[in-house]
Amino acid sequence: MADWYTNFANSGVGTTLTKQLGLPRPGVLRRYEPGGPLLPGPAVVGSAGQGRLRDTVTAVLRDAGVTVLSPVVADGDAAGEKLGAVVLDATGVSGPADLAAAHDFLAPAVKRLRSNGRVVILTDPPNDADSPAQAAARQAVDGLTRSLGKELRDGSTANAIYVPQGAESGVAGPLAFFLSGRSAYVDGQGVTLSAADVPGTQDAELPLAGKVAVVTGAARGIGASIADVMARDGAHVVAVDIPAAGDSLAAVANRIGGTALQLDITAPDAATRLVEHLRERHGGVDVIVHNAGITRDKLLVNMDAARWNSVMAVNLQAQLDITTALLDSDVLNAGARVVCVSSQSGIAGNRGQTNYAASKAGVIGMVRAWAPTFAERGATINAVAPGFIVTEMTAKMPFGTREVGARLNSLQQGGLPVDVAETIAWLSQPTSAGVNGQTVRVCGQSLLGA
Amino acid sequence: MADTSKPASRKAAIVGGNRIPFARSNTAYAQASNQDMLTATLDGLVARFGLQGAQVGEVVAGAVLKHARDFNLTREAVLGSTLAAATPAYDIQQACGTGLEAAILVANKIALGQIESGIAGGVDTTSDAPLAVGDDLRRVLISLNNAKTMGDRLKALARIRPGQLVPDMPRNAEPRTGLAMGDHAAITAKEWEIGREEQDELAVRSHHNMAAAYERGFFDDLVTPFLGLTRDNNLRPDSSVEKLATLKPVFGKGEGATMTAANSTPLTDGASAVLLASDEWAAEHGLPVLAHLVDAQTAAVDYVHGGEGLLMAPVYAVPAMLARNGLTLQDFDFYEIHEAFASTVLSTMKAWEDPAFCKEKLGLDAPLGSIDRSKLNVNGSSLAAGHPFAATGGRIVASLAKMLHEAGPGKRGLISVCAAGGQGVVAILES
Repeated sequence: MADWYTNFANSGVGTTLTKQLGLPRPGVLRRYEPGGPLLPGPAVVGSAGQGRLRDTVTAVLRDAGVTVLSPVVADGDAAGEKLGAVVLDATGVSGPADLAAAHDFLAPAVKRLRSNGRVVILTDPPNDADSPAQAAARQAVDGLTRSLGKELRDGSTANAIYVPQGAESGVAGPLAFFLSGRSAYVDGQGVTLSAADVPGTQDAELPLAGKVAVVTGAARGIGASIADVMARDGAHVVAVDIPAAGDSLAAVANRIGGTALQLDITAPDAATRLVEHLRERHGGVDVIVHNAGITRDKLLVNMDAARWNSVMAVNLQAQLDITTALLDSDVLNAGARVVCVSSQSGIAGNRGQTNYAASKAGVIGMVRAWAPTFAERGATINAVAPGFIVTEMTAKMPFGTREVGARLNSLQQGGLPVDVAETIAWLSQPTSAGVNGQTVRVCGQSLLGA
Repeated sequence: MADTSKPASRKAAIVGGNRIPFARSNTAYAQASNQDMLTATLDGLVARFGLQGAQVGEVVAGAVLKHARDFNLTREAVLGSTLAAATPAYDIQQACGTGLEAAILVANKIALGQIESGIAGGVDTTSDAPLAVGDDLRRVLISLNNAKTMGDRLKALARIRPGQLVPDMPRNAEPRTGLAMGDHAAITAKEWEIGREEQDELAVRSHHNMAAAYERGFFDDLVTPFLGLTRDNNLRPDSSVEKLATLKPVFGKGEGATMTAANSTPLTDGASAVLLASDEWAAEHGLPVLAHLVDAQTAAVDYVHGGEGLLMAPVYAVPAMLARNGLTLQDFDFYEIHEAFASTVLSTMKAWEDPAFCKEKLGLDAPLGSIDRSKLNVNGSSLAAGHPFAATGGRIVASLAKMLHEAGPGKRGLISVCAAGGQGVVAILES
């Protein structure tokens, strides 16, 4: 469901009006549907320099049934078939001069990109470069991707994947994510892979089949959507929320065939009880989604200790305590995934949210610091940082603030809870093993904190 | 000689339970029907144990106050729940013993191998209570319905008198004595010389125990909120003997009256359900076994002519059950004596301590003796939670099973529930 303005802007009279008045023209985003095609059209794959990933990229596309066309040239047939995706392998760049090839490839190809198209650029992490010139060229990809994200229209996105030497086997999962409708509201972002033992394949329709996934804060909003998507992807969901939210929690659990666990995650024995529950009922756990979060907004000078402490306890300390308890226990299964919900506020800051932003920034530091520990176990820990997501909470915002807030991004609309859920479900997949310690923004390339 | 021993039977396991918070009459659930409450309770149980679309062997529940339209209440609740529609169900009714009796029936079928799993429950509302038309009007309406001609119909209608339009209200009174249950309990309290202060102390302890249990999260996996209520709204965590001492007696007459609104249970709405299974079924479904239902017993007393108190039947049921199991009254780690009235609990215990009563009435050589009060209703009982008649048994069974499980293997608990009509239902659970 798109918001009212997006619906209006895509209606007959709305199209004319918004064009003539120069108003934002958000596209109706292409979102993932089980059984649907990876892309809405064919793809082209190009290189800048002697890249090493072109074959991998082509294989991912062909395996998903996508037609891969030859690159078009600058003066090529602009009226040719519209493209679903444009993928550039820039792992071969050794200096800025090599980027000319990137421009030569991208310009005519992007011109033919259809609505809800995808641009994905792959290169090595700048920090691994052999020379300043190489680092400059790799870092340039970041500016190129972000700017292209802002230029694309009608629901199309541009994202980058940074692939160090030795991490090539981890490309397929993230590439498929950025091409698919799962990443509808992820735009202008970069994900850095790390070397890991990545399974070659997974069940395309049920990537989480047989997995036990805990979702905290699952009674409503984004948490309920996460539970829905995890269950759709095959996981048994243990839906957790405070006892007072138990009736809506039970409704979520019954809708998705999961189980409800009423638990205040800030209780002193919460981690022990969760571990005990997982051992007794499931023998172990594969995915933990730390989604539960609260806001207690006030300007810092007016904020009492209770507001500060409660936000820290729920949003950060509980994530630390439960993750520690799981690492210390015998219930964390091999290849486990921990996904923590951060926030745009944790990156950009937000007036009246010193407590909230502090807790959410803390989450980003936490996953980065814990990544090596998880890597040693063949597990991962990552975060997602939602931007403006349309929920019951945003529905209560004043009209002006809400409508402006929803447009301040390249996709010119607010995201939906399902967009956050899809990103979390992707990070939970077996083939996401190469993504570790990352914070992925789900913000439509928000102007805030970019 | 032929082998006359019973076939080896197994003990039914208690897997867990669910209830909605109990609400004082005409408060949070004023607009909820028995079916609404029972369905929500079943759905909460399904969510807790992942039983969506599952077929359990049988669902057995009941209500004490029941509308005529609810003739198939439990089956209708099952059909409205997320359980498989192919799950059979039936209603029972044994007054306040309904919930515990339902658990016994399910447990017995499991023990016999007739079913592998089952849900026992109970529900009651005194807010959405059935009203009946008086017998006179009812007869007129039936003749009207049977009338063949317009003349017959008019003749029937002409028999209606204004006085017949007053409906029959359901009353909490015994049909054979016309006395309210509280008045009966007051007679027993006087007979056993139960003081006001000890009743108030028991009531206060019930509130404090239950409030503490909520605080430490004991009810997190036993209760699911309903219609905005997250805890029993009869619960008074700040209750004190001083406050209770200010209340005027409501049952009994004159100077000796001791029973107040605080040391008697209020009219309450609510529902509860317990999941029982064979050990094998529980293991197959990855579900815990909290305790087993070891044995149960019912008894009834002649409160009309026999000189025994209306609510004293459990006093008789317990020794029979203890003897069958080779146990003494002291062989238990927890005692759950339903607090219909504080005085009922106290009279029950006093009777078991009384050598003359135990000899003459129970036919025992020695009194059953006293109960360690620190093991009695340790997480509160009906005086704190309230008492939706048929839902109390399920509340007690699930809570006691969890207490026994937490205490470790081999622990034993006694349940004693008194019921209208001079009946009593008791049971033993063991972890």
